[in-house]
Amino acid sequence: MTMQPMPRPRRQLQVDRVTLAHGGGGTAMRDLVEDVFVSAFSASEAALEDQARISLADLATSGDRLAFTTDGFVVDPLFFPGGDIGKLAVYGTVNDLAVGGAIPRLLSCAVVIEEGMAIETLRRIARSMAAAAAEAGVAIVTGDTKVVPHGACDKIFITTSGVGVVRHGIEVGIGRARPGDVILVNGLLGDHGAAILNARGDLALDSPVESDCASLAGLIADLLGAAPGTRMMRDATRGGLAAVLNELAEASNVGITVRETDVPLRPAVRGFCEILGLDPLYLANEGKLVAVVPPEQAAAALAALRAHPLGTESCAIGTVTEGKVGRVIMETAFGGHRIVDMLVGDQLPRIC
Amino acid sequence: MKFSDEFRNGEIAKGLVARIATLLDACGATVEKPLRFMEVCGGHTHAIFRHGLADMLPRSLEFLHGPGCPVCVLPMGRVDDCVAIAEQKGVIFTTFGDAMRVPGSKKSLLQAKADGADVRMVYSPLDALEIARKNPDRQVVFFGLGFETTMPATALTVLRAAKEGIANFSLFCNHITIIPTIRAVLDSPDMAVDGFIGPGHVSMVIGTKPYRFIAEHYRRPLVVTGFEPLDVLQAIWMLLRQIHEGRVEIESQYARIVPEDGNRAALQAIAEVFELRDFFEWRGLGSIEHSGVKMREKYAAFDAERKFAIGQVTIADPSACQCGEVLKGAIKPWDCKIFGTACTPSTPVGALMVSSEGACAAYYQYGGLRKGAA
Repeated sequence: MTMQPMPRPRRQLQVDRVTLAHGGGGTAMRDLVEDVFVSAFSASEAALEDQARISLADLATSGDRLAFTTDGFVVDPLFFPGGDIGKLAVYGTVNDLAVGGAIPRLLSCAVVIEEGMAIETLRRIARSMAAAAAEAGVAIVTGDTKVVPHGACDKIFITTSGVGVVRHGIEVGIGRARPGDVILVNGLLGDHGAAILNARGDLALDSPVESDCASLAGLIADLLGAAPGTRMMRDATRGGLAAVLNELAEASNVGITVRETDVPLRPAVRGFCEILGLDPLYLANEGKLVAVVPPEQAAAALAALRAHPLGTESCAIGTVTEGKVGRVIMETAFGGHRIVDMLVGDQLPRIC
Repeated sequence: MKFSDEFRNGEIAKGLVARIATLLDACGATVEKPLRFMEVCGGHTHAIFRHGLADMLPRSLEFLHGPGCPVCVLPMGRVDDCVAIAEQKGVIFTTFGDAMRVPGSKKSLLQAKADGADVRMVYSPLDALEIARKNPDRQVVFFGLGFETTMPATALTVLRAAKEGIANFSLFCNHITIIPTIRAVLDSPDMAVDGFIGPGHVSMVIGTKPYRFIAEHYRRPLVVTGFEPLDVLQAIWMLLRQIHEGRVEIESQYARIVPEDGNRAALQAIAEVFELRDFFEWRGLGSIEHSGVKMREKYAAFDAERKFAIGQVTIADPSACQCGEVLKGAIKPWDCKIFGTACTPSTPVGALMVSSEGACAAYYQYGGLRKGAA
């Protein structure tokens, strides 16, 4: 359904938990959709149509190509230091658009809810999504709700799709890196992965690390302004920095050298990884950008990143090389070299 | 990061590497006839690769990666037993993370979990005990494995379960002991070890005295070593100095952690709960006398071996797999017939490819640089 202005007063829920009736297509479902989602996402409008309708002329004012992406979000716990599943669902899709050089504009939101979820929890998630969307400058214009029996999903699954408009003249791609290019990141790596592991109670840390989850749209706008020749951007989510660099090395047919001493890590995250036997290069981020820029624009790019609130700790961490095509090599702080490969599956903590 | 950055100082490393190179020359080691040091512990293997140590040292020194990765030496039959227990109705099976991917003859614990078994990853046996407290109507089994390093924590957990009467907790004990393992390496006919980089955290528990036979009987030096890269370099330097001076001794580089007599409280807990098995089966090495422990009769109520019917069948290692020769230092991982082809981290055949401490996985993930350059 689509959120359009509607004359009658908004429907309101009379219960405090989601039941299968809320997925049944009747009045209970309309109560849920209007009271929780429509009220949070678009203030006064309600849903009447089955689709959002978007003015092409309006979109065409900001660029010449559409960017379109989709992502599913599952996370345990739903709320964690620095964020929640709602924020992730908005920022994740916004960032996937932004790293393509697009200005994010519109989002959809489909939720699968496990019966029994507290309505108040759902409201918190919807409010968080609305705040994140406002922050990122996107509108949530269409959505869907399903309720499944207890045990058929883990509390709530959210899928968001996004549409953005790619700026004139910007050409970024995973296959565009050239030897000599400089690799930048916009700050401390691994915070999200560490925050989630810690929030699950796997390790009782005194000073909890907060997730870095954030919209990269503004930061990327500044970066592209300063370095229009930017070759490639990726948000280093699942698989961390290591996954992005390996994909880059393979797709661009180049080697990559990373300097361990230049990779920015929070001391708490380093310590956390030491204790658990994890490698921070593989930890997930939700607000970290890997950008490859030509050498002559590297200084301007780094300055632009550092001037943005989300990039104050930005660093140049390595370079694109001609050697060892498809390989990512780390110069260790100790003075040796090692290969940084892709992970097969999840990282598993070591026994001792 | 305090207490670890000090031991990762690249400038100090350069000085040590230069001294090691001089000593190697003085000992007559060459690229054709290198000196071979075995690091017994998987933790050392991991450190060597993670910090790129092999890459920094002269080719006249060669690392042999020993059998001290507990996950790697776990035979298939024991994994099958784990799966059999985990798949029984009402069981919650708890394990350290890196044991989850070790292949059994039919499946790994990770696959058993996907098939519906309740397999949970824990960081400590006490976590398993907590799960047992919270689920009094379920049987909670902890998969105890590892050398003397992890044994005390398991023993103390069993003692606590006994004290609190947590009857739904039990231990599937697959703990192993280090000394018979090193002896098996030394007795192997293709043994080619010139010195040992000795276990650090095992020695924290057992002390340094139990290694004396290695110097006295087998005439090989051993230096108990910490797990930071400077620790390993210093131990190499100490081993070379012994060889150069014609000494064969058990020394400790890891005095900040390892007391000569070990940790008395830990040893007491181990002795209270466990006793030696006559034999224990190892992947790649076969059956080794007195190399494993089982639970004493007194704690039978907490012994998963007694509580559950398990096969305890010996399953032969896959015939193409040469983990045993790699473990004994007879061949390098990339000399194995299936390394990097049939056996990779995503489809491990041998256990050395499974754990990040396994020599093959380490060669596959981090290595290749040196061989590629050679």
